[in-house]
Amino acid sequence: MKKPKKNPVNRRSFLTGAVTGAAALIAKPAIAAAAPQQAPARAEVADEGRPGSDFMVDVFKSLGFEYLFAMPGGSFGGIHESVINYGNNQKPEFITCMHEESSVAMANGYAKIEGKPVLVCVHGTVGLQHATMAIYDAWCDRVPIYVVGGNTLDAARRGGEVAWVHSVQDTCAIVRDITKWDDNPVSLTHFAESAVRAYKIAMTPPMGPVALVADTELQNDRVPNGANLRVPRLSPSAPPQGDSGAVAEAAKLLVAAENPVIVASRAVQSAAGMKLLIELAETLQAGVVDQHRRLNFPTQHPLNQSLRAGPAGKPQTGPAVNEADVILALESGELYSTVRQARQRNNPAKLINISAGDLFLKSNYQNFMRYTEVDVSMAADVEATLPALIEAVKRQITADRRRVFDARRSRLAEAGRRALERTRTDASYGWEASPISTARLCAELWAQIKNEDWSLVTESFWVREWPLRLWNFDRHYQYIGGAGGEGVGYTAPAAIGAAVANKKYGRLTVAIQPDGDLMVANGVLWTAAHHRIPILMVMHNNRAYHQEVMGIQGVANRRNRGVDRIHIGTTIDDPNIDYAKLAQSMGMRAEGPIGNPRDLSAALRRGIDVVKRGEPYLIDVLTQPR
Amino acid sequence: MQKVIAFVFVLVSVASASGQAPAGNAEKGKSTFMRVGCYACHGTVGQGGTGPRLAPNPMTVDRITAYVRKPGGMPPYSAKVLSDSDLADIRAYLATIPAPPPVNSILLLNK
Repeated sequence: MKKPKKNPVNRRSFLTGAVTGAAALIAKPAIAAAAPQQAPARAEVADEGRPGSDFMVDVFKSLGFEYLFAMPGGSFGGIHESVINYGNNQKPEFITCMHEESSVAMANGYAKIEGKPVLVCVHGTVGLQHATMAIYDAWCDRVPIYVVGGNTLDAARRGGEVAWVHSVQDTCAIVRDITKWDDNPVSLTHFAESAVRAYKIAMTPPMGPVALVADTELQNDRVPNGANLRVPRLSPSAPPQGDSGAVAEAAKLLVAAENPVIVASRAVQSAAGMKLLIELAETLQAGVVDQHRRLNFPTQHPLNQSLRAGPAGKPQTGPAVNEADVILALESGELYSTVRQARQRNNPAKLINISAGDLFLKSNYQNFMRYTEVDVSMAADVEATLPALIEAVKRQITADRRRVFDARRSRLAEAGRRALERTRTDASYGWEASPISTARLCAELWAQIKNEDWSLVTESFWVREWPLRLWNFDRHYQYIGGAGGEGVGYTAPAAIGAAVANKKYGRLTVAIQPDGDLMVANGVLWTAAHHRIPILMVMHNNRAYHQEVMGIQGVANRRNRGVDRIHIGTTIDDPNIDYAKLAQSMGMRAEGPIGNPRDLSAALRRGIDVVKRGEPYLIDVLTQPR
Repeated sequence: MQKVIAFVFVLVSVASASGQAPAGNAEKGKSTFMRVGCYACHGTVGQGGTGPRLAPNPMTVDRITAYVRKPGGMPPYSAKVLSDSDLADIRAYLATIPAPPPVNSILLLNK
């Protein structure tokens, strides 16, 4: 590690002065005429010791953060400077973001690929306010997010007007309902312990966001040479495993079942996890329905029954679940809706649930879903519990049951094969349409990437699940689900954050990007261009907030007042947005709009060539609504 | 291309005029299909979307009318919002939509 350079300028004073000056320039005369509050005099920085933020960077390095995702903000300027100078801008490396919501959403995408958080820094006030929706998405999606907010708690040490409006008594109050833990350390020792504790909490199932305050005085006050500071060692907790009695009971039910089904949503976080789920399914020869909050099970495995679903391809219902006599739910946040149709049909199927969700709940936000009656409930991590469950199942299988299982496999494989054939036929309708059908778009994209090590980092739902229905997914990083809180503005930054994580593995990151989502915070395109983040972004440009087009249409129809005006407030046209020019304006190579499906394959090849050279590329495609 | 479409419209009108169902104007039907938002759930060529596929080979206008007045899975369209004549036009438009190429002939769906 390089020795930090001495800086003759008191950066904090410099920043405070700059902000005050800028505020004076834009302030109304009446306000400007008021006597400005003078920042209390500060001692100039001595050339001995080092700023507290250097020690904070030591802590961050100990936690293994590869990146710092942030839009700059004076309240964490001390950390910023320490990262780029003292830390040599390596682990963490500063990735410049253009909105705090994007910083956190990028961290979300990164974590779902890499299995661990990056560091995110925000202003403790306005920045954290911006970041809140993205934190909520991560909260609902059980993603470890690590946010540090700058703040000046000591009123006597605040500067002028801006410093006051950027200060808060309880920084993390705004996100306390949607984080697992937060703290406001008042010393560097306190900061170090809380920083390590926060990481441990974020990574313990159920994983989730944490928030920590970095007070400006702790960042900027000098630490005397020889100060007794140490970074505590991170001691990760083993994830909770299901109770042995409950595991045995679940195994008994599963082995005895004639038609068991495994329903998985956020169950698999790793290659090992997917391998375990395959082993369980094959041991039982049970069908698997993947609800795709993560990629839990290979899409074209003979036991995958996800295609046996409703017309929109949402695998929550359908015969695979409704006809089961035992349902094993694995981190299914949608448990009630999963079994609703079966219960409505008076199917008394036994329900086994393994979820870490019961270990940590909060009251205010309602993402815990409707209460569901369960026969065997394990408050546990799925990946940690599967080995014991597999062994318990194996112990109970007899030769007779083995014969039943083998027959079941043949039946399920045939049902899955027929479902795939129907899906391919469905995809052929509208094949030559313009705007381009979402099936055609996805089939063209698949043809170009299938021989690569690829990763689809956007939610498949918006394009009728065609990728998950047509492509062969068999690795956990090939799909990361969507926004847990269904917040619009998640997709583009999460995709780019995922691409950051994929970069070191040389994976081809592809995104099918909804137009409305991109417009929430399209500065992420600049971030991708600036940091040379390789990603192929294919626009799903239906020129609308299409979910709302349908929603308002339904309201107007039910009220019998006509549907001629449903475009008001829901469509994104007149003028049409030129996404290629938008990307190009930020230094990202791009082309389009493409409305002829026969022009797609060549455009995709051009884009992939650029991405393989390490840069982002955007293709604007005019698409059918869904 | 427009001539071909116009020819199809004429064929549909003639065929319908000789049968029991209202004739319908395919050109007007396409416009109505887009204006009242059928495309939103069923796609611009009726290929299906969040709603089911409508074309090719659309159901009879009587069945279409009965369904949209009292639907099972979509918001209802009253006669005030969408007249029987409009529905006949929409049905005529759907009848002009050709069948897709056989799935086995589409290389991208068979790799």
